[in-house]
Amino acid sequence: MTRAEVCVTACADLFAGDGEILASPMGPVPALGARLARLTTAPDLLLSDGEATLLDPAGTPEGWLPYRAVFDVVAHGRRHVVMGANQLDRYGNQNISGIGPHARPTRALLGFRGAPGNTVNHRTSYWVPRHTPRVFVPAVDVVCGVGHDRDGGPFHDLYRVVTDLAVLDFGGPDRTMRLVSVHPGVTVDDVLAATGFTPHVDEVAVTREPSAAEIALIGDLDPAGERDRAVPG
Amino acid sequence: MRDKRMTADEVAGTLTDGMTVGIGGWGSRRKPMALVRAILRSPVRDLTVVSYGGPDVGLLCAAGKVAEVVYGFVSLDSIPYDPWFRRARETGAVRAREMDEGMLQCGLRAAAHRLPFLPIRAGLGSDVLAVDPGLRTVRSPYGDEEVLAMPPIPLDVALVHLNRADRYGNGRYLGPDPYFDDLFCLAATRRYLSCESIVDTAELAGLGPPQSLLLNRMMVDGVVETPGGAHFTSCVPDYGRDEHFQRAYAQAAAGDWPAFADRYLAGDEAAYQAAVS
Repeated sequence: MTRAEVCVTACADLFAGDGEILASPMGPVPALGARLARLTTAPDLLLSDGEATLLDPAGTPEGWLPYRAVFDVVAHGRRHVVMGANQLDRYGNQNISGIGPHARPTRALLGFRGAPGNTVNHRTSYWVPRHTPRVFVPAVDVVCGVGHDRDGGPFHDLYRVVTDLAVLDFGGPDRTMRLVSVHPGVTVDDVLAATGFTPHVDEVAVTREPSAAEIALIGDLDPAGERDRAVPG
Repeated sequence: MRDKRMTADEVAGTLTDGMTVGIGGWGSRRKPMALVRAILRSPVRDLTVVSYGGPDVGLLCAAGKVAEVVYGFVSLDSIPYDPWFRRARETGAVRAREMDEGMLQCGLRAAAHRLPFLPIRAGLGSDVLAVDPGLRTVRSPYGDEEVLAMPPIPLDVALVHLNRADRYGNGRYLGPDPYFDDLFCLAATRRYLSCESIVDTAELAGLGPPQSLLLNRMMVDGVVETPGGAHFTSCVPDYGRDEHFQRAYAQAAAGDWPAFADRYLAGDEAAYQAAVS
């Protein structure tokens, strides 16, 4: 069992019980997690090829989903996105736009992309492949994904954050970030040292290990070991 | 019926300083790059560029053609960030009107429908409203819900690239995604379509189902035949993205850009296609 496999199953667990909705994982580890979930706990998930085609677990096209239709799904709400984050704060505000002042950033990044629409329309989780104080900051420079100290409206649903070290949710006071579990071999102090604010800590579990069957499935889904490049160690 | 065939340079010649130009495609996918290259060769400047941005935005920034970019993202897909757009943002060379990518669709649709705004939820609670102080919310007349009132994004000119077209402006995409090229045309005063090849209307009709005939004559003012005209972005099934060339573009932006520009961008479109083939 590798750390990457723990991260993949933690991402798969994000989708458990999600039913017949579109899973939109950004990045190789959440993408593997979504496909694993579809083969195990969430068989009704819809998955796209990252472009315009919906695929079944065998890779056979089952539907058409061009970007214009993705925006319809976002507004309709039957979607769970797992986005990346250049910055995240304790309330779950996320930044992928830029570092520094928006008018003239010191580091320009992607832009708002779909983060504002995603976070006010449907369930949103985050994947952070390197859990560091540079990502987990006291306050983000630009709010792209909407956090709990803002009015996210009736469909705001921040779910969880999976990192290379831990799983967090928003069960702390005022719906702030709470440490749910640390991955096997990681301590609570490791996570606190890697976080630029103090997340809520009460009972912290150890992230579950993938089963032998899950490890075999992950190997089938990712024979080239892309997961290990995304999460070394 | 009018024969709308033009050259890429004739299209660029219709642009004047300060115009708002919408560019179709998405990221590094089916961008009207030959039309963009024609703009690079023209004297026009101070453009406002509206785009699901990719190297179209980057190249126009590299050439100093851009005053403002209206966008949800700018990305090369296989390379996360366009280096020229990034530099333009970090040096303050361009103004940024940055928004949620669904808001961009909504604003183009409001312009296409000649409406003063369209309601959308995306943007609420985020810094979208902070970075664009012109944005307003609107309260539902049927309840008390407050939503964003997305203003129209009218375009002076739309530039799009499809796989096939006829000389009258009927156009078909052959790949999996139409992107928003029809919406860009509907939002624009003048609409220019480049394509891999111009075919007879009867042949165009036979190339697929009616629903992939994305553009009709009402939506197009000029048609340009530009084989390889989306290069180096993808234009499937005619060709995929030229990843090797895209990497060279991105590396040149951080290295010897004059050599890259001299080799690929100094001549006309035929010289470009010869240099990249």
